[in-house]
Amino acid sequence: MKRKLGLAALLAAFAALVLPAVASAATLPEVATGLEEKVGELNMTWVAVACVLVFLMQCGFMFLEIGFSRQKNAGTGVAKVLVNFAIVTLAWWAIGYGIAEGGGNNFFGDSGFFFHFDQTVAGEAVTGESAMLMLYGMAFCAVSLAIVWGTTLERIKFGAYVVYAAVFGAIIYPLVAHAVWGGGLLSDIGGKPVMDFAGSSVVHLTGAVGALAALLLLGARKGKYDANGNPRVIPGHSMPLVGLGVIILWIGWFGFNGGSTFETAGSFFGEVMLNTQLAAAAGVIGASIAVYLKSRSLDVGMAGNGAIAGLVGITAPSGYVEYWAAPIVGIVAGFLVVFAVLAIDKLLDDPVGALSAHGLAGIWGTLSVGLFASPRLIAEGAGPGVWYGIFGDQPLSNSLGQLGVQGLAVLFTFVVVFAISIVTFALIKATIGLRVSDEEEEAGLDISSHGMYGYPEQFIPQPEYSTGLPNTMGVPPVPAAAPAQMTATESLGGLDA
Amino acid sequence: MKKIEAFIRHEAFEPIRTELLEKGFPSLSIIEAKGSGRQKGIVEQYRGSTLTVNVRPKLKLEVVVEDKDKPLVVETILKHARTGEVGDGKIFVLPVEEAIRIRTGEGGEPVLQAHEEEETTA
Repeated sequence: MKRKLGLAALLAAFAALVLPAVASAATLPEVATGLEEKVGELNMTWVAVACVLVFLMQCGFMFLEIGFSRQKNAGTGVAKVLVNFAIVTLAWWAIGYGIAEGGGNNFFGDSGFFFHFDQTVAGEAVTGESAMLMLYGMAFCAVSLAIVWGTTLERIKFGAYVVYAAVFGAIIYPLVAHAVWGGGLLSDIGGKPVMDFAGSSVVHLTGAVGALAALLLLGARKGKYDANGNPRVIPGHSMPLVGLGVIILWIGWFGFNGGSTFETAGSFFGEVMLNTQLAAAAGVIGASIAVYLKSRSLDVGMAGNGAIAGLVGITAPSGYVEYWAAPIVGIVAGFLVVFAVLAIDKLLDDPVGALSAHGLAGIWGTLSVGLFASPRLIAEGAGPGVWYGIFGDQPLSNSLGQLGVQGLAVLFTFVVVFAISIVTFALIKATIGLRVSDEEEEAGLDISSHGMYGYPEQFIPQPEYSTGLPNTMGVPPVPAAAPAQMTATESLGGLDA
Repeated sequence: MKKIEAFIRHEAFEPIRTELLEKGFPSLSIIEAKGSGRQKGIVEQYRGSTLTVNVRPKLKLEVVVEDKDKPLVVETILKHARTGEVGDGKIFVLPVEEAIRIRTGEGGEPVLQAHEEEETTA
């Protein structure tokens, strides 16, 4: 009896939900409003899924960078990602979001600071939807920051992370995001908006330029260049970890690009995600071919860099190009990253290839929108790609204009991010210092900055047995092995000694 | 007493160990060693650049035996470690002053003899 009643109640509730017009005397406008709400909620559900995928990319950066580091610098990578993630979160919540999305003028937003309920951001009341979008923006800011540290592995002082992460999350990234996505300077250049769908410039170039500024003041790792200035290889300790990082980033990218639709309308995110996959695949193939031609071996790390470059490249055009263009964007990025890594290596010590995979591929991706953007998909007021100007019936001048606008985005990002970053890093260098001492670098950041090893057994043999074992011989126990001091000389770095 | 130190290829170890055990020499040590000799180093490719590693991984096998057993052990090592190619390694024989079994504290050549009951499980 009870069950029957319950069933009847359920049916009634179902009818009230699904058939509001029948169940109650709802008017048509009321139904329309209800549907609109549901659509909004469905959109945010997709953004929530995408947001989690983008947060997962932190894990990707962590593994990628640890794999490209030596064993003595494995643990520090974990601490770095966690601490940066935490600081950038608070900085974005307190200040960054307001500057990026808070309306305001051409240069920065002026509302939404210390994001809270009962607040008006850019003229609109804060809702659950604003919170979701704010969190999604935070995930992007955190990705951008994670890119910065790729060039600084194995020698930077931990304190530098703390200071720069706060400045980056509060000011640097938000300024660029505001210019392109927050209704700022680059959202309307003579009527044309910069088309950067998910952030080849805003996120990836920004991170890479920060990385360049850090690297210029930090210098190369000890032993990276010989007496004649020729680069030497310092191999990372784990290609499996690099591979894990690459694939996690790759998967996260579906949230990065796909979620940037911000809606589920027409399942357009499917198009974006397919473009993303095509470009990533082409990136792997492009880089593999390029590195094989160069060195006659299929380099594991380079294949991974190719995937990342393809993904960075397609980030800006993913929502603006047809499927045929995506592999072109990816394969060019893949070729670019191999030759860029080798060229940059002659001058600058970039252990993971962040300048190439995120910087140059980011520039290429931003410009490629101006080459391949489809008239079907372009933003309002924007010009289609040059391709359609030459091989299609679109006016070429309009297309070239858009390409110029894309170039301006690159220039703006570079100038703004580089200027603030180099000043910030210079201040860090002048105060708390940017680089660890020679001894600390030789010993590794794990033991010198964190007081522990990422892989303890390699350095301290069975520490748990060093004291307290019963001794059957009745002689005094052997004194415990002295804890390994910072004398670990790197076996490869010591080759030339 | 003699200590026999042999730098050998990794793949030579298992046949040597098996035969030494059969012949009554279960006690031995191996150490992962890196060294250089007439065999050249390894040229690695990493991110499109070449990296020359001037030492190669080898195993260092250490056995301490009574003087009379030295030829037998050396022959066993030679038999299995020799491929005829550069890089087969070298054997060094050193005099040993003393040997002490830690568990019992006993010294001298008996220490080098395996116990009957341990021969099969060593």
